[in-house]
Amino acid sequence: MNEIFRGKAWSFGFRSAIMIYFLCLIVLPIVGIYTQSFSLGWTPFWESVSDPLAWKAVLLTLKLALIATVLNMLIGTMIGWVLIRYRFPGRSILNSLVDLPFALPTAVGGLLILLLLGPNSLIGMLAGKIGIEIVFHEPAIVIAMLFVTFPFVIRAIQPLLEELDRSEEEAAYTLGASKAKTFFSVIFPTMLPGILSGAMLAFSRGLAEFGAVVLVAGNIPGKTLVASVFIFGEIESNNPQGAAAVSVMLLTLSFLILWLVNQLQARRSTP
Amino acid sequence: MRRLWIILTYVIFTLLLIVPLVKIFTGAWEEGIDGFWDALSRPQSIHALMMTGIIVVLVTIINTLFGVMLALYLVRAQWLGPRLKRLLNSIVDLPFAVSPVIGGLMIVLILGPSTVIGALFADMGVNIVYALPGMILATLFVTFPIMVREVMPVLQEIGAQQEEAASTLGAYSWYTFWKVTWPSIRWGVIYGVVLTVARSMGEFGAVLVVSGNIMNKTQTATTLVYQDVENFNVVAANGIALVLAAVSVGLLLLMEWSKKRREVH
Repeated sequence: MNEIFRGKAWSFGFRSAIMIYFLCLIVLPIVGIYTQSFSLGWTPFWESVSDPLAWKAVLLTLKLALIATVLNMLIGTMIGWVLIRYRFPGRSILNSLVDLPFALPTAVGGLLILLLLGPNSLIGMLAGKIGIEIVFHEPAIVIAMLFVTFPFVIRAIQPLLEELDRSEEEAAYTLGASKAKTFFSVIFPTMLPGILSGAMLAFSRGLAEFGAVVLVAGNIPGKTLVASVFIFGEIESNNPQGAAAVSVMLLTLSFLILWLVNQLQARRSTP
Repeated sequence: MRRLWIILTYVIFTLLLIVPLVKIFTGAWEEGIDGFWDALSRPQSIHALMMTGIIVVLVTIINTLFGVMLALYLVRAQWLGPRLKRLLNSIVDLPFAVSPVIGGLMIVLILGPSTVIGALFADMGVNIVYALPGMILATLFVTFPIMVREVMPVLQEIGAQQEEAASTLGAYSWYTFWKVTWPSIRWGVIYGVVLTVARSMGEFGAVLVVSGNIMNKTQTATTLVYQDVENFNVVAANGIALVLAAVSVGLLLLMEWSKKRREVH
């Protein structure tokens, strides 16, 4: 058995099988969607993309994902800091809970937002009385994105904070820098690459999110219809070419973000 | 100041994570245990949970095997040039950037009933789209990077010396893998398996597009939750959601456990 396994032919076959599987599963579909969106030529592609409902959906997604990402950067930086630096009762439980949005199905997340903030809930009714609509409107979409992307920034800055040399911080402090100054000139620069790469991952996940959003978004074209739900609608109404065109817009954007994250991480590992 | 930050952290956790978690558990019991039980014992619920189970098991097995092998190649193989390695390495991440709905759409576009390949398979009597194979493919696509990303850093960290030593001393490659490589990547793989299970159980967008969400045929637990909500049957949706959430919490505990073990080794 081992003799056979060491044979050249065997190992060549094995290698090829793994590589072909990899290329068929990942590369083929992505190439497929780009060719499909141009399958009828440039004009239909342009028509699908320039359809006001389509680009409004993409713009809305960009705007809401950006809001969710900024909120996430603030919350995530604070929580990452608190969980690493402070010792207080319940710290390790909270630290484990951070990953909950990764473990919980996104559709369940959407359902929960619907239950907690929907028109029949206490908060939904209170907000409705003062004229704020949450569910089926923009706030619910931002909350859904925030929930789903919650762990990214925290998990990206924690290892950086753990590595940070305490003596640098103490040196700055004993040399007479104020606490705030120490934070902004020593600690913050260390955290920054983590905050940025975490934020970009969160942004790209926010753009892509579907499960949590579809249940709470209301999906009114041009107003609360985000890109992924728009694509789903196009598929349902049997317009694969239109769906592919909008997908290509969204995909190109996400790939660009992913590439930026990789650049950022590559720069960090080879200073 | 410090107390303020800790309190603020607790407030955010409570609002964003703890309240929702409690809500699932109370929501499912709103109509008593009977309501919960009725929701779960519907034939479509049992079928949907079974479908999810089948997908999770198959996807996890396939992804683990191929993911570990690919990670080994991408780190160790000498027959891949460094430039090609870097290219393949960045391709691995692509599914993370693809919206699940788009992932599903890709499979429909390539393997759907109106395409060449789809028609070929249909002639042989195998339906891919709107059937189980397509759903498995969609989930495989979405979860593919997880295992590779968990195993690669460990392999890079341990370096190739031990393996080289073992193979110059005459150990066969399979033997080298089990005796030298496996013990050091074990906890990374286990962590990857837990993440893959969580992700494939929770996959919704890609599966919804590929499956067509046909009740008692291609419906999974998450797409059933979606359908129940659309039909305003919130208590039933809650019942299924509770089962999924309970599994998620279990997985979260496993994640913590394997993360701790991984740090020890």
